[in-house]
Amino acid sequence: MNVGKTLAEKILSLKSRGEAEAGDVVIADVDLAFVQDTTGPLTIRQFKESSFKVLSKPQQTIIFLDHAAPSPAQQLSNDHVLLRRFAQETGCVIYEVGDGICHQLMAEDFANPGDVIVGSDSHTITAGALGAFATGMGSSDIAVALALGKTWFRVPESFLIELNGIFPRGVYAKDLILYLIGRIGADGATYKALEFGGEALAQMTMSQRLTIANMAVEAGAKVGLFPGDKITQDFLTEHGRGDNYQPLYPDAEANYEQVIRVNLDKLEPMLSFPHAVDNVHPVSRVKGTKIQQAFIGTCTNGRLEDLAVAAEILKGKKRHSGTRLLIGPASRQVLIQAMEKGYIQSLVKAGAIILPPGCAACLGLHQGVLGDGEVCLSTANRNFKGRMGNPEAMIYLASPATAAASAIMGEITDPREFV
Amino acid sequence: MPDLLLKGKAIKLGDYISTDDIIPGRFAYLRSNLPELAKHILEDAVPGFTLKVKSGDFLVAGKNFGLGSSREHAPVVIKMSGIGAILTKSAARIFFRNAINQGLPVLLCDTEKIGDGDELEINLTVGLIKNLTSGIKLSCSKMPPIMSAILKEGGLIPYIQRHQDFKL
Repeated sequence: MNVGKTLAEKILSLKSRGEAEAGDVVIADVDLAFVQDTTGPLTIRQFKESSFKVLSKPQQTIIFLDHAAPSPAQQLSNDHVLLRRFAQETGCVIYEVGDGICHQLMAEDFANPGDVIVGSDSHTITAGALGAFATGMGSSDIAVALALGKTWFRVPESFLIELNGIFPRGVYAKDLILYLIGRIGADGATYKALEFGGEALAQMTMSQRLTIANMAVEAGAKVGLFPGDKITQDFLTEHGRGDNYQPLYPDAEANYEQVIRVNLDKLEPMLSFPHAVDNVHPVSRVKGTKIQQAFIGTCTNGRLEDLAVAAEILKGKKRHSGTRLLIGPASRQVLIQAMEKGYIQSLVKAGAIILPPGCAACLGLHQGVLGDGEVCLSTANRNFKGRMGNPEAMIYLASPATAAASAIMGEITDPREFV
Repeated sequence: MPDLLLKGKAIKLGDYISTDDIIPGRFAYLRSNLPELAKHILEDAVPGFTLKVKSGDFLVAGKNFGLGSSREHAPVVIKMSGIGAILTKSAARIFFRNAINQGLPVLLCDTEKIGDGDELEINLTVGLIKNLTSGIKLSCSKMPPIMSAILKEGGLIPYIQRHQDFKL
């Protein structure tokens, strides 16, 4: 047996009431389970097909209407009707159209260090920023988790991502996670846990941690875990659940399959090229590619800090006449705060379109579908062919600063020229 | 009990087939109408796929099959198209689990040894693939016993209906 435990082993030991070691298969209690509007209807049908009638934990079961919000098609509206009715029947929690993206709301209102969270969305992994073992699953697994309040896991081996130094001017959490995905590869961490540590964490805000954890799945990871530390405690206190805080750290003798060290001082703004998230290169190498759309938002980069960076760059300037600029706040709370701080004013004056809090243009359902041959610079987490609704379009991924600077110039631009 | 055998033809695909390739997000409005949704399977990645596929065929892919979204609609439409199993060098974890939960076998093996159109015979019980066209035999890596048990029951829902719980 190992002498020390990783974060993944610690949480799964606790939740399976045993000694969970990498490679073991365990049955773990589920603290929080959720669905969203594009995967929820199938989950509900499977729940009913299994002859389940009641939820194991109604107050810890959440439905989010965020992917088609507001709905652009009658079929999706009917899916919303089905989900609302299920919430009424079972007494689970429901967040309405316009409340925000499931992953942002899980962070704002629910996730705690040491929780096991499952959601029918691959970016459920985002809550790892708060030290929750949070992972995406399909509709069948979630249907069973809703009914039984538990699920099975293979305990993942962990990679330690040791972060030191501080971000240089114009370089952000998004650049770090893109760099890491480029280095690890889209399948380099399949079935593994990415666990973040190192001295840089002491300076790393929850907003930055959420951006990083959100994209761990793009390297194939099952979870992307941060420890529960002072920053976690402050975030929970700010969101009215400071009492739920418990410190959570890996053991010093924990066993890691790999250790990857990154010095943040050495990073520069990065870009994912079409059509693969791990096709990563420095922005400086491809300056000048024309873009028809810039999109700042999503569960990756639609938080207040992200809008602050964009507003600062765009304040008193104008978007390029050939580039549409879309802003998707991650939640109602984010939108309210961004209004209070004047960010929305600056962005709208610069020519931006403010979309309702939700997934917006990210997945090609509505609110910013691309035309044939168009290029979008997006702050989202995926650039697969067809992702934004058109297989003939090209998507580059970057930080909000890069997106804002590029929107002004109408072409891919290094944000260090602006900050 | 006799060994569980599948026989069919290989449809060869490349590396990194994402869930957006399998069933693009823009068709999310059809997710409560599975027969209509299934008509769009692999439409951007493999033009004409629905005309090519025959019941019992196998998808034979490269690296990281099914990366991306958690949409279980991806294995659902693959199964609806008649595909009997997926053979791939590696599979993304959510997709892998979803496919098994739908009772759709995913076998991890060296797919370099299989060509487009090859006739294959798969022994699911022992995890062995016979390429009847080339005569080459391939073994597949084993999945955790709980996954084999779920697959044997035809998917997670039938498994839970039968056992009422997870059995390790």
